[in-house]
Amino acid sequence: MDFRVFDLGLVDFQKAWQFQKEIFTKVKIGKFDSGIILCRHYPVITLGRLANRDNILASEQELSSKGIQVHKIERGGDITYHGPGQLTIYPIINLNYFKKDIHWFLGQLEEVVIDFLSDFGIKGERHNGLTGIWVDKKKIASIGIAIRNWITFHGLSINIKKDDLSNFRLIRPCGMDIEMTSIESVLNKKEAFPPKSRLAGRKRFMAKEEVII
Amino acid sequence: MTKVLLPKLGEGIEKATLSYWYFKEGEKVNEKDDLVELTTDKATFNLPSPCSGTLTEILFHEGDTVNVGEVLAIIEG
Repeated sequence: MDFRVFDLGLVDFQKAWQFQKEIFTKVKIGKFDSGIILCRHYPVITLGRLANRDNILASEQELSSKGIQVHKIERGGDITYHGPGQLTIYPIINLNYFKKDIHWFLGQLEEVVIDFLSDFGIKGERHNGLTGIWVDKKKIASIGIAIRNWITFHGLSINIKKDDLSNFRLIRPCGMDIEMTSIESVLNKKEAFPPKSRLAGRKRFMAKEEVII
Repeated sequence: MTKVLLPKLGEGIEKATLSYWYFKEGEKVNEKDDLVELTTDKATFNLPSPCSGTLTEILFHEGDTVNVGEVLAIIEG
């Protein structure tokens, strides 16, 4: 199976959104079978299809003074924040080659996060049937996807750095009163690893492309 | 006349919330056009139109809950 990995580094949300659509089209026309996009975003708030704008707690002035844009997008889930301290992953997977089952796919994404966290000795868990991964009842990874003709896009983000967590106070994440955590917070130390190399270095990936967009 | 049904979406998924209509009643649609988008859990997904014709009747609207197997719309060829 021809599986591509694209590492965008730190990138503007809209540019990565556009890039996702390009990769989606390539998967759809069969240029390759599936793709995974790795990136980090400048601070941004995104609203899923059924999100409630009231879950933005910050004023427009506060957001614009911090340079944070708000985008309404086509993924599932409510509201979330992305920042440079997260690893954001967009799996563009053609489920026609795997299993045409939405629950199965979301479960697989959760497994990937649990697996990733275990590399750091962290035990990630599912919590109360909610999608996402939690550590000690605090959320460490969020999931929100879109599927078109059984090809997936959007995806998940894992909180890596401590510094970014304060920006979650600008919103009510996922429309719920939940507390967020990060790998750094759990380990209670500064991690010296570049998250992208840790993930992209895994054997299961067959090819990796550095992309500048 | 073709009925557009909510198909099976996966193990344990019995319903979804209608989140977006790409067309209005009375409009012409082509086979494979994105017709309607639904949301379940943390995923949105599309239903392509099963045929070409006129979208004569929309039976569920944005925000409605739809069960697997229910008729969402009718297309007259």
